[in-house]
Amino acid sequence: MEIPYTVQNRPDTGIYNAKLGIWLFLASEVMLFGGLFSAYILLRVGAEPGMWPHGWLNVTLGTVNTLLLALSAITTLLAWAACKVRDFTKFKIFHACTILLALTFLGIKSYEYRDKLIHYEIALASGKFADGHLVEKSADFNLAKKTGTVTLHGRIVEDEKELMDLRSPAAQSAKLDEVTIAAADIKKMENYGPKHNTFTAIYFTLTGLHALHILGGTLVIFYFWAFGGAMWKKDPERFTNRIEVSGLFWHFVDLVWIFLFPVLYLT
Amino acid sequence: MSLKAFHLIFVTLLTALSFGCAAWAFQSGSVLWGVAGIAAGIFVIVYGIYFLKKLKNVSYL
Repeated sequence: MEIPYTVQNRPDTGIYNAKLGIWLFLASEVMLFGGLFSAYILLRVGAEPGMWPHGWLNVTLGTVNTLLLALSAITTLLAWAACKVRDFTKFKIFHACTILLALTFLGIKSYEYRDKLIHYEIALASGKFADGHLVEKSADFNLAKKTGTVTLHGRIVEDEKELMDLRSPAAQSAKLDEVTIAAADIKKMENYGPKHNTFTAIYFTLTGLHALHILGGTLVIFYFWAFGGAMWKKDPERFTNRIEVSGLFWHFVDLVWIFLFPVLYLT
Repeated sequence: MSLKAFHLIFVTLLTALSFGCAAWAFQSGSVLWGVAGIAAGIFVIVYGIYFLKKLKNVSYL
């Protein structure tokens, strides 16, 4: 049985079925990300004064990732254009570039996550706060038994609010050193993972969900790149439409990043 | 809406982002990043015109 309207436009909708399907799916995605963006706004406006973080993320890495996704959108479009003029070799080249750009994006994102997961804030028994990246924990370090020591590369501050705005002149001029703290002096020790505060929670949720979309899109594009030859030989028009549909999804994911980058990295 | 039309929206928003980043950089006192943002914005506009010419025979629907 032949599936109808994979190539020809359906008379009542004016487009082929897969395109209608992807737009319906993207509409649901708009609602998903829209809900999370709304959550971000509500968390931010509801934050205690001075307790919403600024400058916690690496703008340079965020900019590089933005460039990577922008380039990948262009290579996706060029891959589709190559299919339109029936040039399969060019399609393979452009989509290989898309896959490489996407994997580089995910590599940089993983590096950023790792940086947050080895970054600790320690509430000290003295009421001060130690903050920095983990250098080492002594072999006998046990927070529950209060034994051993932990060493951070960072600083000690009087008030937790001093850790919130890393763009402030005070934070910019702060000297970072190796600080060794005894477990007995630690009241609470927590890394900058999702449960650290509402900013890290929404940051990991939004960027994690986005990264999963990138991963999913990459797998689909890889499938077309590696195994698309058979359909290309049999029905190039239908294959071209598939590339357009995957391109629409890819553009949506890139568009989400265009909103995520300024909201999370620059504000 | 075809990929061509969606790409046009993407290019428009990317241009806005580039100039927005430039404004942010100037406000933060980073002239170099600001100039880079403006250059990126201009590049994206030029690319947008190139892409429209290249795909002039493709439908927006």
